[in-house]
Amino acid sequence: MLVEARQLEAGLTLRKYLILAAVMVFGSSGDVCLSRGMREFGAVSRSNLHLLLNAILNPWVIGGICLLILFFCSYLTALSWADLTYVVPATALSYVFMAALARIFLHENVTLEHWLGIALITVGVGFVATGPSLTERGRSHSEGEMAVPKSTRSDA
Amino acid sequence: MISPKTWAGIASIVLTASAGDVTQSRAMKEIGDLGAIRRSQGLFQVVRRVISSPRFMLGLLFMAMSFLSLLITLSWADVSVVGPASASLTFISNAFMASIFLKERVDHRRWLAALFVAGGVALLAR
Repeated sequence: MLVEARQLEAGLTLRKYLILAAVMVFGSSGDVCLSRGMREFGAVSRSNLHLLLNAILNPWVIGGICLLILFFCSYLTALSWADLTYVVPATALSYVFMAALARIFLHENVTLEHWLGIALITVGVGFVATGPSLTERGRSHSEGEMAVPKSTRSDA
Repeated sequence: MISPKTWAGIASIVLTASAGDVTQSRAMKEIGDLGAIRRSQGLFQVVRRVISSPRFMLGLLFMAMSFLSLLITLSWADVSVVGPASASLTFISNAFMASIFLKERVDHRRWLAALFVAGGVALLAR
């Protein structure tokens, strides 16, 4: 029984981290795809608003929108079992991924200021990721525990 | 120098974004663990429960208001000012609002995380 419980807990922990990783990966890659697509159209102004309609048909923009929909789904899933003040900082590494993707695929320059920003975000994520994921209404759940309502737990 | 009008725009972006996040978070807690619901009742039930939640819809409305505020503020000031300021201040505002409205226990570790991430995002978004 203890082994089964440990296996279940490990599975839930892995699922939790996979969903947080999905929030980061889908969010950053979605933004980079949108940026890549919009670059093909140049600056949009009042005189050439019709460019926006063309942009919606661009494969990069379509891919970016699909990735951002996946980001939103994984973000909502994470919010269903973890605090907002856990999910938002814990997924801030997406800014770091975005900087890396922008450097690799968009050939953007990563300055010393950017590296300092990346270091600050990494330290911030470290602070929150080592703590409990749910504290709402005074409850404190350890790593791997999920906030599953009783009705849902009995269903499962 | 950032004008008072631009600060008002940034405040509007930050407050509506945080209101959206807090409302979405409350809506998801009310619905329950989406993964558990999907496993027991299927994906259709997850989608049905989420889109039939009035609080979720209210969250979407706040997010739309935040996007509109962003567009308006960008017409007054540069994206290099509005982007980092609004993104980083939203982390701080989220911590305040989650503590007040969601009764989350925001301890010193979470405050430090919010401050570090806010500073990092401000530098990265410049």
